[in-house]
Amino acid sequence: MNLLLRISDRTYRWLDERLGIGMVAKSTLLHQVPKSVNWFYVWGSAVLTAFVIQVITGMFLAMSYIPSPDHAYDSLNYISQHQFLGNVLRGIHYWGASAMVLLVFIHMTAHFLTGSYKYPREMQWLTGSVLLILTIVMAFTGQLLRWNQDAYWAVVVGAEQAARTPIIGQWVAELLNAGPHVNGQTLSRFYAIHIWLVPGGIITFIGVHLYLVIYKGISEWPVPGKPVDPRTYWAEYQQILHEDGEPFFPRAMFKDALVTFLLIIVILILAITLGGQGLGLKANPLTPANPKPDWYLIWYFAVLALIGVGSEGSAITPFVIILFPAIAFTILFLFPLANKGERNPLRRPWAIAVVVLAASGFLVLSYLGYAEPWKPVLINGTTPPNVPAKATTGVTGMALQGAHLFSAEACISCHTMDGVGGQRGPDLSNIGGQLTEGELIWRIAHGGGGMPAYGNTLTPTQMDQLVAYLETRTSTGTVQATGPGG
Amino acid sequence: MNLTRRLMNREAFMGFFILSIGGVMGLVLGIPIVGFVLSPLIKQPTNLWRDVGAVSSFGVGETVQVNFPYPNESVTPWSGPTQYTAAWLRRNSEDSFTAYAVYCTHLGCPVHWLATPRLFICPCHGSVFNADGSVAGGPAPRALFQYQTQIKNGRVYIKTEAQPLAL
Repeated sequence: MNLLLRISDRTYRWLDERLGIGMVAKSTLLHQVPKSVNWFYVWGSAVLTAFVIQVITGMFLAMSYIPSPDHAYDSLNYISQHQFLGNVLRGIHYWGASAMVLLVFIHMTAHFLTGSYKYPREMQWLTGSVLLILTIVMAFTGQLLRWNQDAYWAVVVGAEQAARTPIIGQWVAELLNAGPHVNGQTLSRFYAIHIWLVPGGIITFIGVHLYLVIYKGISEWPVPGKPVDPRTYWAEYQQILHEDGEPFFPRAMFKDALVTFLLIIVILILAITLGGQGLGLKANPLTPANPKPDWYLIWYFAVLALIGVGSEGSAITPFVIILFPAIAFTILFLFPLANKGERNPLRRPWAIAVVVLAASGFLVLSYLGYAEPWKPVLINGTTPPNVPAKATTGVTGMALQGAHLFSAEACISCHTMDGVGGQRGPDLSNIGGQLTEGELIWRIAHGGGGMPAYGNTLTPTQMDQLVAYLETRTSTGTVQATGPGG
Repeated sequence: MNLTRRLMNREAFMGFFILSIGGVMGLVLGIPIVGFVLSPLIKQPTNLWRDVGAVSSFGVGETVQVNFPYPNESVTPWSGPTQYTAAWLRRNSEDSFTAYAVYCTHLGCPVHWLATPRLFICPCHGSVFNADGSVAGGPAPRALFQYQTQIKNGRVYIKTEAQPLAL
């Protein structure tokens, strides 16, 4: 035993003399942190863990992935279906990406709430803001590499949005497309961005971000009524470390390690049980598509749908597409200008309000993004659904013809009929009791308010049939007389 | 005199050399890299007339999807499906065709033609276009884009174009 200790001690000293291990450990593992560092401080380590997982799994996925538009989808299909543990590795990369996006926002929120961006840690906030943007770029470009319908049309939609930038819009759009439209070069450029360019940036900025953790120290838990004053803060902080500090290892580091461990377990469980994100349909500009972004951008997908409703909406769309992100990022980067004053969230109720508002906005918009109430309902994107049997019970003659038209003419795609159909227009389950025959004909013929005019599409007979059917739809649910003319 | 000596001494020259070698090398290496990245803006393909079928294969009044390849300049051997694009082609009369781009004018998603109600519908945010391409329901800000068409020797041709951008 004694001998073993002596050998390990001598080995350490031999290595330390040549590598300076002790010096590095002293300034990292043993750097002083305030004892008030608690579970609120673990998120940075969690993001870092997620990033490391992404780098490692991504590196190995690249062994089998082919970044060419005619083989990318097939190579991922091969990885998922045939390669040993392929779907698990893809799963780790997918859930790791989701975790990284989620955690980067939680990390930012936590330090926004504790006012940690204030003096002297403004550069922490700024480097973190760059890392936030780079993470979103990673998520977006990563989703493109599947090269399925969602990916193909995400590039098209991305180019359309970029094109709205004043003056340089068209050039930016063409650079995203790698040409006047999506072509054979598009995917490999996004691949290079995803595996080299942006990770290079992330590693650089994480380096600075971590260096600052050591250089400016981990912020103490904010005490209400103790505002930050740049003239005195640094001396106060040194005093806290001196009187109430401890080395990062092991107590603070233990919390980080535990969270890291749990994160890896959760990602592994998700990867093993659910695997990678479904590949969907292979990119093909010649078949109908129903493109949607991954979960972290669904809220923005909803924003773009909602701002466009009505003619006033179309006019503001270009401003929203360009100005909204521009303002959001400007605020993000200007934040550290307010680097003095209270840090505790209880003394900054507006900070709590901002977080609650942003989080509920994200949830509501994400829900809308998945529900898509603005969208005409079409089966496989091509066929309107049939009128449910319930809505044709007892309907005969002309009115029954009208019921078929209600589906065939895609009325049902926007108007719900007894629980089936779209939500873009009003529910027509009880329309017979609400509008007269004349009013119905006028609305159908003229459209308006987002509804197409059917005056030139329907023959007079068809119009009569459709109106006859709609008149049978009353709130009592019982069918009224369905004589000729309704 | 003093100043000149201070500026001209050996150490100052070395410092100046180190800085300028960094700048010059950055520039020299930067030009080919930036040029390479910007090449899609510099090498623009020439648009071509593409044969999409015999005139007789289209019924008068019908609207069907036609597919055609983009110009060769932007087509690499590994392009796969990305070398093609689609359009909605309608034969208006014996010798007149209209070709609507599939790109929705809102954000570019591919619109789908519904033959019975005679409407184009966008799958993303639900824009609806009338048969003539005009907007029936938002959020699309303007009518569908059209490609040039021509008839030559009994065949219909569409002229390729860049992805239409609703600027």
